Formats: sequence, structure tokens, C-alpha cells
Amino acid sequence: MKISRKEVEYVAGLARLSLREEEIEALTSDMDSILAYVEKLNELETAGIIPTAHAVPVENAFREDEIRPSLGTSKALQNSPESENGCFRVPKVIE
Amino acid sequence: MELTDLTLYELQGLLTRKEVSSTDLTKIYLNRISSVDPRVNAYIRVAEEEALRAAEKADRRLQAGEGHFLTGIPLALKDIFITEAIETTCASRILAGFIPPYDGTAVKRLKAQDAVILGKLNMDEFAMGSSNENSPFGAVKNPWNPACVPGGSSGGSAACVAARMAAAALGTDTGGSIRQPASHCGVVGLKPTYGRVSRYGVIAYASSLDQVGPLTRDIQDCAILLQAVAGYDPLDSTSIDTPVPDYPEEIKKPIKGLKIGRPKEYFIEGLDPDVASAIDRAFATYRDLGAEIIDVSLPHTDYAIACYYLIATAEASSNLARYDGVRFGQRIDPGEGLIEMYRQSRAAGFGTEVKRRIMLGTYALSSGYYDAYYLKAQKVRTLIRQDLTEAFEKVDALLTPVAPSPAFRIGEKTADPLQMYLSDIFTISINLAGTCGLSLPCGQSREGLPIGLQLIGKPFAEEVILRAGYAFEQATEWHLQKAPL
Repeated sequence: MKISRKEVEYVAGLARLSLREEEIEALTSDMDSILAYVEKLNELETAGIIPTAHAVPVENAFREDEIRPSLGTSKALQNSPESENGCFRVPKVIE
Repeated sequence: MELTDLTLYELQGLLTRKEVSSTDLTKIYLNRISSVDPRVNAYIRVAEEEALRAAEKADRRLQAGEGHFLTGIPLALKDIFITEAIETTCASRILAGFIPPYDGTAVKRLKAQDAVILGKLNMDEFAMGSSNENSPFGAVKNPWNPACVPGGSSGGSAACVAARMAAAALGTDTGGSIRQPASHCGVVGLKPTYGRVSRYGVIAYASSLDQVGPLTRDIQDCAILLQAVAGYDPLDSTSIDTPVPDYPEEIKKPIKGLKIGRPKEYFIEGLDPDVASAIDRAFATYRDLGAEIIDVSLPHTDYAIACYYLIATAEASSNLARYDGVRFGQRIDPGEGLIEMYRQSRAAGFGTEVKRRIMLGTYALSSGYYDAYYLKAQKVRTLIRQDLTEAFEKVDALLTPVAPSPAFRIGEKTADPLQMYLSDIFTISINLAGTCGLSLPCGQSREGLPIGLQLIGKPFAEEVILRAGYAFEQATEWHLQKAPL
């Protein structure tokens, strides 16, 4: 086995996903076969190969630090499930 | 010949000569959608009021002789493009009710020409899929055979163009999501070079691979639509500031002497015999047109899918972290604090394939596995890119199949995610390498399903593969085939 049920539960915690029992089972088996498949990358010797993060080389993209019109509070908040006093409202973080 | 059968080029002529108004044309398309789409399911949302308003405005521009190329022409957009005041969901429950406060750059550029946006098109949720079966709005049906998939993830875009429910559409391609559905639906689809079209206002899946492109009836239309959306955008720091050629003019140049590579790794055992013979005939056509066919090798092709499903899922797991029930989208709050609100909102909002990819990507990036999976995949990406760079020292373009088989049946591959992933084998390397790829119709299977060929070009050489595609169209009639709807 490439991945255990316990690891799947741990990764679900990192990904902030609440999973049902049958989802944990299905994901354990799916991820196991996908991870077994991607093992084939180890057939390739890659010591000294520079990793590619972006295929088309881009230098840092700078711009002038000028003040420009922005979205504005009401538009920025228009899709929020809950807002109050011009802020996004979330459930209590600290007890 | 009906008006909905006409190309962008032909419609532009009719509109400019005032032989038809944009309002009438838009109404004809809206009627066509109401009569045909119940059998195809390409649209998530038809924006009738907005479309008719845009058509009226376009008619005023045309009356005043101020039209641009796309003025008054009805188009449609994959639901991954955010559109001001029109609900945009990326085919996910987690974005139900999301009304974007602004337009993305590609949409802005279409609107600047007074194109008419008919609505938003179905897709695999967050562009994750190869069959358009991963949509809470239901699977899209292939207009050539409703028992078959249209391909994915831009399945709605390809089906919509094939079924004449818009003159052309925009899609996105992360691993083949424009080219593969274009091939399965018998239309033209282009994935431009990474950085050619702005991604600003396009909902992100895998940011180093995603690219916007057109799905159209023919190559000339593809050149016209690419022309409209291509070019540098300061709002996308990965868009490249390099001149945009005059594509509609460039495609008409001759292709005699063009060197076309035949990568042997793309002609594998298991390639559908109808696809193989259609591609063989395409090579013969190119020989007749004066092109030189040269055998080349892309030795790391077999590693592309493994490489892609680590890099794309890793980037997706990071991009999709923003769906947390705070700033937009659905919130499920059981009243057990912030973290539980995140966990429940995401659990209820994402579909199975999206969860699978978030999990895989989170695992590949997690402590202890990063080097073994993500970093390893990035190094293999370098090798895949080098393969293409070396091939392009010998040839101007490559010709390959788009997909190993014509459109498969709905439900055929849903039980095994890995089998589904393998259907992208011929398109994925192009995204990893960041270069451009074009799919155009080149045949039909014995069951009457369309087959596409892929032309792969050097970075920022879209005009070369479009020119090769245009020459093929002049010599054949596959692009004139119409889905029996």
C-alpha cells in the first residue's frame, strides 16, 4: 500500500475537508492506485536536473506603485455569506 | 443554409452589409438554444436579457459604421470566465450564487468589440475532467451521438459550437481541455502558448498550466477569435509582452516546405485503428501540400500523465484553498467554530473528482513527500519540455492524434479515475512544456464520430500551426461536417 487510511485522514485535515466514511475508503483506494502509477517517474534519473515551475520564463513583473481605483467595500463584500460593518463575518476563532 | 451555420467571417459580412441585424441573429441563436440544448445540456445559464441588450448596442454601432470584427456576433463562454453581473460557478456547488463584480480581461476584450455573450457553458467542475461528466449541472451530451461524452473539461464549449448554439466559444486548456473536446465534437480548438492570453478573471485550476483559447467552426474563425483575446495584460503577471501577429492574414501564407514532425511515441499500441488511419491520411495530405514529414522522438512522453497529475493537483490544492465559505460561495456552519465551518463548507461544496485532486495535491505537497512527488515531477517536467525544444530544432510543427480514441460512452470511464486520466496522453505534454497546440477535424470513425488531429507549434508560433490547419482545410472537407441534430 502506498497510502494508509490514517494518512488519508491526516491529509483531509490539512485540506480542511470533512469526509464521510465511504469517501475515506474510496479515496484511500483511488489515491493508492494513482500513487502507484506515478511511481513510474522514479524510472528516470533526475539528479542535477533543474526543476521547472513555469514553462515560459518570466522575470519578476514589477509595476509603478501608483494609487488606482479599487473594487470598493460594498462590491468586495457583495458575495460574502455574512458581513458586518464593512467586514467579512466568520464564526468565533478564539474561545 | 441557416444563419446558425455561418462562420464568424461570414456573419461579420452580413452584419456589416446590414443584411441581418445583431438583434435578429441573437434571437435566432436563443431559439436554437431552446430547441436543441435540452438534448445537449451545453449551457449552464443563458443570459437572454443581457444578450439582447448587447445586440441592440451592437446594432447601433453597426448602423453608425463603427463595428469591429466581432460586433454583434453571438458567442458563449465556459463558466470558468468571470462575467460581471452574470452568475459564474465554474460548475461547482461551492460557487452557487456567485455574481462576479467585474469582467476578466478576455471577456472585456470581447465586450470592447461589442460581441454578444449568449451565456455560460457547462464544464467539468473547476475544469477537472476529460468527459464533462463531473458537473453538478449534469453531463453534456455529444451532439454527434448523445450516448457519448463531448470530452472535457470544455465539453460545453465544444458541444455548443458543434450544435450551432453559438457562433464560437471560449474555453480553457490545462491538460487538453480545449483540444480533446474539440476533437470529440468535430470543431477547431486552440490552446495558445502559456502567456499568450491573459488569465485575469479566469477561475484558477493549475496556474502554471491553464491557458484560454477559442473553440470555433474553422481555422479562420479560430484566428479571428485568438486575435481578439491575445496580448499582454498588466493584470496577469504571467502574460508575455510580445507582439501579436495578424493571425487572420498570417494563416493564408503557403506551407510548401514546412517541416512537420511525426513523434513515434504518439503512435502507440492501443491507438484506435480509425484514429490511426485518419492521421495517416492527414500526413499524406500534408505531403501532397508540399510539406516535408520528418520522424522525431519525444522520449519522455510516457511520463507526462504521472508528471501532470502531481503538478496540476498540487497547484489545484493551493488554488482551491480560497473556497472557505468566507468571502464568496456557500457556507455550511454547524456552529462548532471556524475550522469546522471550513471543513463542512468544502465537504458540501466540492464534487468527488475535485476532492480527489485536492487530496492528491495536498499529499504531494505535504511534509516528507514534497521531494519525492512534487519536486520529482517538476524535474520530469524539465525533461518533457527539453524533448519538445529538441524536436523543434528539426521541425516547424508536430502532427499527432489528439486522443487515443473517438468520444467514449457516457459512464464508460467514471469508475476508474486512472483510466480517465490516461485519455489525456497526447495533449498533456504541451501544457507541461507551455507551448501551443491546435485540434482540427480530420476524419470520422466507422460509428460516425469525429476524429481530430493535433498540430503542435513552437512557443508563440500559433500562426504556423494555424497556417498548417488552414491549408489542411483548403484541401479537405472535414470542417464542413455538421452534427446530425
